[in-house]
Amino acid sequence: MSLLQVESLSAGHGLLQAVRDVSLSLDEGETLALVGANGAGKTTLLRTIAGAHRPTSGRIVLDGRDITRVPAHKRVGLGIALVPEGRRLFADLTVEENLSVAAAKRRSGPWNVASVIEAFPILEPLRRKRAATLSGGEQQATAIGRALMTNPRVLLLDEVSLGLAPVAVDGVYRSLQALLDAGATVVLVEQDLSRALKVADRVACLLEGRIVLEGTPSALSREQVTEAYFGLRQPAAAGEGRA
Amino acid sequence: MSWVNAVVQGVLLGGVYALLATGLSLMFGVMRIINLAHGSLALIGAYMAVLLVDHTGLTPYLAIIPILPGALIVGYVLQRTLLERSLRSSQLVPLLTTFGLLIIIGNLLQRFFSPNSQSLDPGRLGVWSWKVTSSITISAFAALILGVAIIVLGGLQLFLSRTRTGRELRATADDPDTAELVGIDARSVYARATAIAVATAALAGIFLGLRSAFGPSDGASMLIFAFEAVVIGGLGSLWGTLLGGIALGIAQNIGEQVDPQYFALFGHIVFLVVLVVRALIESGRLSTIRRVSA
Repeated sequence: MSLLQVESLSAGHGLLQAVRDVSLSLDEGETLALVGANGAGKTTLLRTIAGAHRPTSGRIVLDGRDITRVPAHKRVGLGIALVPEGRRLFADLTVEENLSVAAAKRRSGPWNVASVIEAFPILEPLRRKRAATLSGGEQQATAIGRALMTNPRVLLLDEVSLGLAPVAVDGVYRSLQALLDAGATVVLVEQDLSRALKVADRVACLLEGRIVLEGTPSALSREQVTEAYFGLRQPAAAGEGRA
Repeated sequence: MSWVNAVVQGVLLGGVYALLATGLSLMFGVMRIINLAHGSLALIGAYMAVLLVDHTGLTPYLAIIPILPGALIVGYVLQRTLLERSLRSSQLVPLLTTFGLLIIIGNLLQRFFSPNSQSLDPGRLGVWSWKVTSSITISAFAALILGVAIIVLGGLQLFLSRTRTGRELRATADDPDTAELVGIDARSVYARATAIAVATAALAGIFLGLRSAFGPSDGASMLIFAFEAVVIGGLGSLWGTLLGGIALGIAQNIGEQVDPQYFALFGHIVFLVVLVVRALIESGRLSTIRRVSA
């Protein structure tokens, strides 16, 4: 049975319907990449799974338990953690405080301040620095570490490379790869198509709130994905697939 | 030398204002609620002390011991019932809710305790004093209030920086949405913050009541003094609140020295001047000041 199941989920912002009738399922240890243009509904979908956004209809099931009505802070205890878009660290807290503050509802597991810092060694000298003073890459490492502190069963990563220098993105993805190799269950939103295809076991492409294409990276051609990405009927001219 | 005395007494008076302002500042810092009923809640603390003194024979100082936990509970329940609901709507609703509370509390106090003013007896502490010079005396009671204010502010500072609840409070103040995402129940944090705020208000109310007579409609003036202390000291800083309270106390005492009618007026003037200077610094018109202070 799948670990996380989303059943015909819809969510919106006022009159705007951002996610329309989305269904997906995720097995333990699997990595699903959500791709799609800006405004396709990826962030809203992740936030709805994490409980930060209320769905208008549909169900979210974690390991057989319906969690659609469970508030966000309790979902953390059940094993869902979101690394939000834009990192959203607590600016006035130090790196170490940002990590330990996430331990309130932590499940038992391997992650604690020491093991997070071991996984992201760049954080070691920064432990007592305020989060606001960190570089983008350091902030992203802290944000991922903060989510790991809860020992999640499903880790939701929203745009981890957004606004980072290429070298910082490489660093973040190196640490991420180690996580994935260790068997983490991850839903990843990524604008960079080639990176998404490289790390994911499965790719789902969102267009205007619907999943229009789904499959393993090897089964999907780049053209198919690009086409779905932009919603083109005919095969698109070779593009990098960046919005 | 009476001017120097006015400043010294102002510093001591500042302790009460700082104590009164702490909760107001905390609630605004964490929830962005401007609690217009803050002074009224302080007043309830003073009236509860009157009640306990009259009926149980406790001294006002000992009355603090049962009142503080009661105030914590009142704050927690207040947040969970009224304020939490009003926070779900716009920013204006908590303001209106607490304004309503201010009026209701004033009327209830008048109904149950009569419009006559009440007072608490500071006991022997009220008469003891140290004569520093021929014109400056420091009353033991005023020194006690300042000491309590420093202990409360320092304790709160330690609580915020060292404890888990304090950390959760700072995180939630910064970003309640993300706090929820790391497993913090923001509403429970809010309730704890309001509980602390109401407890410090009640404590300040008792000390204000020991200092001078009070009536059922004094909630508004207590609120104004607390508000001025917060604004002068700068929002979000506990030690700033202490300095703000002291600045307000000094201004009021100097005003009183000029003419006894000018007591509150001088405080208001300092408050307005600080507001105007802040606004000018923000808009960049006083760039030299900004450079110096930065």
